[in-house]
Amino acid sequence: MFHPSHFTAVLLFALFASVVFGITQRETPRRMARYGLYCFVLFVGAAIVLSWLMFLIAR
Amino acid sequence: MANPQDKKNGAAGGFIYLPLIAGWLVPGAGHFLLRKWGRGTLLALSILGMFGIGIAMQGKVYAGAHDILEILGLAGDLGNGLLYVISRAAGWGADQVTITTGDYGTRFIVVAGLLNVIAAVDAHNLRTGRKT
Repeated sequence: MFHPSHFTAVLLFALFASVVFGITQRETPRRMARYGLYCFVLFVGAAIVLSWLMFLIAR
Repeated sequence: MANPQDKKNGAAGGFIYLPLIAGWLVPGAGHFLLRKWGRGTLLALSILGMFGIGIAMQGKVYAGAHDILEILGLAGDLGNGLLYVISRAAGWGADQVTITTGDYGTRFIVVAGLLNVIAAVDAHNLRTGRKT
C-alpha cells in the first residue's frame, strides 16, 4: 500500500507524464529534455496555481 | 527497395505494425525493436512506474462498463496492453475505491494506459520514418 500526499502524487504524475511527452513529441535528445522539463513545470505550476485559487475561493 | 530511414531505425523489412503492436502490449517494446534503447527504457520505466504506483495506491482496474465514465476508464486501462490482462488475472487493484489515494491510483492506471498508446504510436512513427 502506498499513500502519498496530494503534492507527492502531483509530482509523480508530472514526472512520468513529462518523460513520455518529452520523448514522443520532440525529435532530438536536447529538445526532448527541454520539452519534458517544460511540461513538468507546467504540470506542477498549474497544480499550485489552481490549488491557491481553490483555497482563496473557499475562504 | 527498403526505405533508408527504415535501415537507420534498424527495422527494414518485416511487418510494419510490429513496433506499434509490441509497444502497446509491452511498454517500451516498440522502441526496443527499433533499437532505440534509451528512449525505450525511459518510456518503459515511466509507464510501468505509473501503473505500478496506481496499483500500489489501491486504484481500481476497470472490469466492465456500465456508464460512459466507466467506458472511458476501461478504454484507458486497455491501453496498458498485457499489464491490464495480468492485473485482471492476478486480481490487482481495488474493486471499489474507498480512499482518496485509491481514486488517484485509478487515474494513474488510466493515464499509464493512455501514455502507453502515445508511446506505441511514436514507435510506429519511427518505424514508418515519419519521425527520426
